[in-house]
Amino acid sequence: MKTYLPNRFIVERDPARCIQCEVCVNQCSFDVNYRDADEDEVRSREENCVGCHRCVLFCPTRALNIRRTPLDYRENANWRPEIIEDIIRQAESGGILLTGMGTDKAHPIYWDRLVLNASQVTNPSIDPLREPMELRTYLGRKPDSLTVEPGSLALKTKLAPQVAIEVPILFSALSYGAVSINVHKSLARAATEMGTLFNTGEGGLHRKLYKYGANTICQVASGRFGVHPDYLNVGRILEIKIGQGAKPGIGGHLPGEKVSAEVAATRMIPKGTDALSPAPQHDIYSIEDLAQLISALKEATNYTKPVSVKIAAVHNAAAIASGIARAGADIIALDGIRGATGAAPKIIRDNVGIPIELAIAAVDTRLRQEGIRNQVSLIAAGGIRNSGDVIKAIALGADAVYIGTAALVALGCTVCQQCHTGKCAWGICTSDLRLTKRINPDIGAQRLVNLLRGWSLEIKEMLGGMGVNALESLRGNRLHLRGVGLTDTELEILGVKMAGA
Amino acid sequence: MIDRDMNKLNNPYNDDKVISACSLFGMMDVSGKVFSGKDIIRAIANMHVRSNGLGGGFAVYGLYPRYADYYAFHLMYMNKQARTETEDLLKENFHMVLAEEIPVNPCIAVSNAPGLWRYFLEPEAASLNGRPADDFVIEKVMQINTCIEGAFVFSSGKNMGVFKGAAYPEDIASYFRLEEYAGYLWTAHGRFPTNTPGWWGGAHPFNILDWTVVHNGEISSYGINRRYLEMFGYACTLQTDTEVIAYAVDLLMRRHKLPLEAAVSVLAPAFWEEIERMPAAKQELHRALRTVYGSLLLNGPFTVIIARQGEMMGLTDRIRLRPLTAATRGDMFFLSSEESAIRLVCPELDRAWIPMGGEPVIARLGGTKVVAEGAVAAAKGAC
Amino acid sequence: MTGKEPTSPAVTARDSVQIDAAGLTTQQLNDLLRRAVADGIKKIELRNVCGQRYIGTDLGQPVEIDIYGTPGNDLGSFMDGPRIRVHGNAQDGCGNTMNHGEIVVYGHAGDITGLSARDGKIFVRDYVGYRAAIHMKEYQERKPALVIGGTAQDFLGEYMAGGTVIVLGMELKPGEKHRARFIGTGMHGGAIYLRGEVEKYQLGKEVGVKELDDNDRAALGSLVGEFARHFSYEAEALLQGKFIKLVPLYLRPYGRLYAYG
Ligand code: SF4
Ligand code: SF4
Repeated sequence: MKTYLPNRFIVERDPARCIQCEVCVNQCSFDVNYRDADEDEVRSREENCVGCHRCVLFCPTRALNIRRTPLDYRENANWRPEIIEDIIRQAESGGILLTGMGTDKAHPIYWDRLVLNASQVTNPSIDPLREPMELRTYLGRKPDSLTVEPGSLALKTKLAPQVAIEVPILFSALSYGAVSINVHKSLARAATEMGTLFNTGEGGLHRKLYKYGANTICQVASGRFGVHPDYLNVGRILEIKIGQGAKPGIGGHLPGEKVSAEVAATRMIPKGTDALSPAPQHDIYSIEDLAQLISALKEATNYTKPVSVKIAAVHNAAAIASGIARAGADIIALDGIRGATGAAPKIIRDNVGIPIELAIAAVDTRLRQEGIRNQVSLIAAGGIRNSGDVIKAIALGADAVYIGTAALVALGCTVCQQCHTGKCAWGICTSDLRLTKRINPDIGAQRLVNLLRGWSLEIKEMLGGMGVNALESLRGNRLHLRGVGLTDTELEILGVKMAGA
Repeated sequence: MIDRDMNKLNNPYNDDKVISACSLFGMMDVSGKVFSGKDIIRAIANMHVRSNGLGGGFAVYGLYPRYADYYAFHLMYMNKQARTETEDLLKENFHMVLAEEIPVNPCIAVSNAPGLWRYFLEPEAASLNGRPADDFVIEKVMQINTCIEGAFVFSSGKNMGVFKGAAYPEDIASYFRLEEYAGYLWTAHGRFPTNTPGWWGGAHPFNILDWTVVHNGEISSYGINRRYLEMFGYACTLQTDTEVIAYAVDLLMRRHKLPLEAAVSVLAPAFWEEIERMPAAKQELHRALRTVYGSLLLNGPFTVIIARQGEMMGLTDRIRLRPLTAATRGDMFFLSSEESAIRLVCPELDRAWIPMGGEPVIARLGGTKVVAEGAVAAAKGAC
Repeated sequence: MTGKEPTSPAVTARDSVQIDAAGLTTQQLNDLLRRAVADGIKKIELRNVCGQRYIGTDLGQPVEIDIYGTPGNDLGSFMDGPRIRVHGNAQDGCGNTMNHGEIVVYGHAGDITGLSARDGKIFVRDYVGYRAAIHMKEYQERKPALVIGGTAQDFLGEYMAGGTVIVLGMELKPGEKHRARFIGTGMHGGAIYLRGEVEKYQLGKEVGVKELDDNDRAALGSLVGEFARHFSYEAEALLQGKFIKLVPLYLRPYGRLYAYG
């Protein structure tokens, strides 16, 4: 069938600069650049280009530029190019549109409508460079009160397991298989160096990475890939994955091509078979079933690890979160509609779920109304782009945040949304050994450490400006937030006042 | 159940909270001997420039020995109707042994003075229904303050009382004729709020049961302190740091029964780094206190004097952004924003010292004085 | 204090006066001082001082002031020349942004002693409160000094950019360590000489510990000598025992702080 799809990008090659070295040919994993044997010249099959910029940045003479194709349709606010092309694509394939990364639609980003406070006169700002500024956070269930013996000051209450993180930022679930071992290694090392945690995602943990167990969150998802006693015991926190922001309500599908020998061994499935994650966890059809799985995991690890439950932020997130807390979870991870994925149906990625900002506010408020906020730690995920987003999430009520996309961008990802193709030219979201070696775990870890370091310095500056020297004094402290350009209803849900009020 | 917005009275512009700076003073005779308000009035007046005439107040312990077993309620009434309604409520729930107008000196020019009454009360066993009397009293105080338009309970402890209003502390003292009262423990406050409500209830000390708090500074953690306390049923209707501190202390010490030392470590905890260096058991305690009660950490600059029957404590924030000087002379124990105010009433001191940030200085009845340890605290005063 | 009518100073000698500060407001007292200095008075004795602030500011003369009682905050702030002796304790902000002159405290001094002082000397017999010598700095010939007989509370020498701080640790019992935390945090100039032990964790990230060289010992000797004369101690005894010198590790401690874009 002849395709009616136009090219998306133009590959501009400056002949004056190009030295015909073929670096772009080697770097492009989408089969765009090639040497034309007849003409003995490097050329491009532009119809394949996804705009990932790998070739641009690796061309030694900077001879390349990638531009959007200037092809314009007749103006139409309704039938936009993307919509027309999606229809063409489906008409030619008859399938579900698959995509990668988080939604690219213009859902409101409430972070950009929230502004922070700073001290002036009535209390001093604190200088974080010279005075202590504490970001440490303990994740885990807290009792309502403590019992301390008078006189001896002996602590009589036994606390549930608590996990300290030195920066309130964790690396989100990225499963091995979806991403390469080198990405996992980079994340694990960076988490260890920064005193935080990375999340295995649902594909198990490679044996070689067990040594990073103290900084690992081991995920247990519907496919139960690689879940065995050693895996459960090696991590610091266990996380039951109910859903994820990019694709609430549906399962996953790691195509057999990505299931290499190592991936297969880690997931404990035969090499080359599809790894299918069912949509629900088939032992959880209700909240009491969740309680049963939580208890099973605690029992399997002798009550030494907090258990987290990750859900996609959906309409009833507040009520669901309350149920999860009551079911015995120690941590609730909320993933908003802007959360990313290795592969998801585009229609779901772009249309299902709610923005994380509203979800944090609603959940924190509800848990407080019910007097159970202290029973769980709250981790927010899905669209955290910078330290400003982090600090706003915490002021709204989160204990910490997960970052996924931001971490991948630190490793080189240019958010080209081709993760589902397995061809990631940056060597991140692929198991093609030729590509995965593009990530050097030493450099990768360094880039991630730098990112977290930069963000934590910024967080300290902002905290100091607010006159706060310990993160717990900002957590849920919505008085340090104001809204701009928001409706009364939005302000009410966020629990913040309008700027100027 | 809250049909009356106290916030409108105390915080007419609906700021996040009422912001104010202040002077503090406290004095206690640890032998329990009572003394008049004469000295503390002079001392707080000596720090006149730290307040701006919009709030002043005093707390006195050992005040009503004749009625020591009864809850002494001090009420402000904005109108007659409020008094009728309040007295009906009180009579319904309490045995009332005495009701009288608080004597004032009408010659002192103060503005917006409300009607001031006091009652000595004992909860009716039937109303209590087996509940602790203190919980019942708190509930009734909250009920009056939030449901009866124009009435405000500003003191509700036993054998103690708060006197306060919207004027310089020395004028409030004259108005309430405080020189005529005697107690073994007095605290005082001069206030410098940044808004201008003429409402008397907003002055310090803030009181609930026999807890009183006078406070200097602005707590930047207010938003979360308050949301945390709301989880435990405290309605922070006045929107002041001081109210939050009083409830925090009530929650930690009365309801959760934490020893004072532990409660202090919640309000002004050690840094994580220091906790790490503590011996194992202590480390576990401090880590637990901070993890469980992190939302009650008072962040930002503060000095507080917290008192209850038989005990007075001074505390500053952990990086000591507000001042506090402590001093002793015989059985007398002093706390003040400035040393000069202490010297004014007691020029010769056994010791005068500046306690470390976040470390409480505590005096208890019975002559035991607990003070911060360490080199600086142990330093001799200059007298 | 509401203030009373100031009485005329009692002239005790040709160029000296005694002023009874009891009941005077800050402004009334400082007015009297200004007038006295304008009249050519060189020596002033203040009696019954109790909380009056800013004493010594705006005098601009090397006049000598003896204070009995407890002076209020910001004693000698912006001061340029006077020599003040406090026969008692000083409150917060003593020597705040002092330009020149001398303050001797026969007791302890409160928080932010010597804040941003650019020159002049402050001698405190006992201890100092939080953030002493914070952002003390030197400029051209001007070089401030703060000598403390006892110990200091936290953040001593915070952001210090110049000048000399000496802590003699006289209050420490044998084996006892200094308690101050965050000593010299953000320090990027000047030197702190400290006698008595501190742990590494008590020091700010930006300071290094050095042994004293001959120049250090000379500087120390002269300032400690002055200190000893003020408080009638034996200078030799004060110089005994081990001193360490704390100096900034970097002139620009925050070089790696920023990413440029
Ligand atoms: S490397 Fe990326 S940007 Fe370059 S031609 Fe290939 S697909 Fe296009
Ligand atoms: S991970 Fe790779 S494929 Fe996915 S968006 Fe980033 S660069 Fe593109």
